[in-house]
Amino acid sequence: MKKAKISKYFFIYTMLGIGSTISLIPLLWLIRCSFMSTEDMFKLPLILVPKSLNLQNYVDVFTMVPFARFYLNTIVIVLINIIGALISNLSIAYGLARIDFRGRKLMFSLSIGTLMLPAYVQLIPLFLEWNFIGGINTWLPLTVPAFFGNAFFIFMLYQFLRTIPRDYDEAAFMDGANYPAIIVKVILPLAKPAMAVVAIFQFMFTWNDFMAPLLFLNDTKLFTLAIGLRTFISTFYTPWGVLMAAATLTVLPLILLFFMAQKYFVSGLTMGGIKG
Amino acid sequence: MSFKKRGMNDRRQNLWGWILISPLVMGLTLWVVFPMGLSIFTSMTRWDMISKPEFVGFQNYIEIFTKDELFLKSIRNTVYFTLLSVPMQMLVALMGALLLNSSINGKGVFRTIFYLPSLIPIVVSSIMWLWMYNHQYGLINFFLNNLGLDKVKWIDSTEMVIPSLSIMNIWNIGNVIVIFLAGLQGIPDDLMEAVEIDGGNSWHKFHFVILPLLSPIILYNMIVSLIKCLQLFVEPYIMTNGGPVNSSLSFVLHIYNNAFKYGKMGMANAMAWVLFILTMFISLIIFKTSDQWTYYEGDKK
Repeated sequence: MKKAKISKYFFIYTMLGIGSTISLIPLLWLIRCSFMSTEDMFKLPLILVPKSLNLQNYVDVFTMVPFARFYLNTIVIVLINIIGALISNLSIAYGLARIDFRGRKLMFSLSIGTLMLPAYVQLIPLFLEWNFIGGINTWLPLTVPAFFGNAFFIFMLYQFLRTIPRDYDEAAFMDGANYPAIIVKVILPLAKPAMAVVAIFQFMFTWNDFMAPLLFLNDTKLFTLAIGLRTFISTFYTPWGVLMAAATLTVLPLILLFFMAQKYFVSGLTMGGIKG
Repeated sequence: MSFKKRGMNDRRQNLWGWILISPLVMGLTLWVVFPMGLSIFTSMTRWDMISKPEFVGFQNYIEIFTKDELFLKSIRNTVYFTLLSVPMQMLVALMGALLLNSSINGKGVFRTIFYLPSLIPIVVSSIMWLWMYNHQYGLINFFLNNLGLDKVKWIDSTEMVIPSLSIMNIWNIGNVIVIFLAGLQGIPDDLMEAVEIDGGNSWHKFHFVILPLLSPIILYNMIVSLIKCLQLFVEPYIMTNGGPVNSSLSFVLHIYNNAFKYGKMGMANAMAWVLFILTMFISLIIFKTSDQWTYYEGDKK
């Protein structure tokens, strides 16, 4: 019996070890390459661990392309998106979850319905629409939509707001508060953890978004990190070491964010998945 | 409470409700209804965005299937990728979740490590794997070589390019694992104990308790990963540009090329609609057949 148990644990740890190695190796390989000169990367047999930490790639990242600019652009766009997402989704979710108005159910279903809509069906029509309005090569298509709600966040906040007793609203109502005041003074303090999830996921979505900047931006000065990385790749010459350093710098904030706010990641993922 | 007062209250509530959800109403109009209408119209025109659109009816839809060989090839590639990826992802993620759910020391660390790849932006993972798959200087072939095996032309060969993209996708499975894991944690312990008392082993637990109770979550993950796989774009766009010989030309990449490379807006829109219908159709089949294999505790049956 005991022997069986030991071999069971041995099996589990071995499998977890293999899984972890596979998960980590590409990341470690990325970091390894970011510290190597291009010549060293193209040496056979492969040098697995660089002999010295070559920081030149990290310097070149900022001189070869306007990488600092890409970084700043991305941060600005991310912040605007987070503000938009926090305001719009809380307002919408509050309306749907806590006010009994006519048409509530229909609007809820329509919102959830857009979750099923694959992004690519809208891509070209959205491009045509922004082209018509004159938003091509501006940040408008990358920022404005965040102020109109997102079905995933609406659904998540909706689920959360339903767990708060309605008496709170009514008590505030008796004291003469209107809905915006109730949302800001009563609901917002209670909804902080859920709002944190919205902010973090919006950060991730915007930071990682590739499609929208690819479609809407041509001017390198406006580029975000996601498409900025592509400017290193060319048919004639790709400075692999520099590209890897740039990629490492792109990933770094995400990893830091994850370690600071780990529990929100899990609750955000499962709220969409389990209760749905 | 008088009738009149209640009536006023209702009207006020209706008004406030609509005011608070007004961003949603505008959003649906601006980013869904209007563009979709525009897209349907455009799909029936021949338009290069420079000259005026010329109305051609269903011509584009007919030409997609009769004249564009690459379209059929891109369907084939995408479906192949999806059929390869979805079952593998479900299997690997479920196994990962089961392992991470066992009562062992240090599972927090393992959970973090398994989730890490999901944080990597798709552009970065494409660049990363592009280099990992490099025929001469890539790490994977280095390992194979050291094991005494032949080097594989991962993304450089017509046969291996789709499986390569699929493997890369399995690496990036942390999200799915987290959702499975949460599901596993929701399974009550007494059910597991009941199996043990009846003399059941791990396989019995898995077969009679875990699988049925987890089936709605399996369905959810399946649909999500299916829709994702059918939208394959960034990886082939960055890593192979659809090559070699169009064998990784995915559906969405083909649509993108038509719209922004060849300037065939109408054609591209028509294709997007065909893909949309295909996606809905496949999801519907899965939903319909899922009644057979999903189990909801609330159901009477």
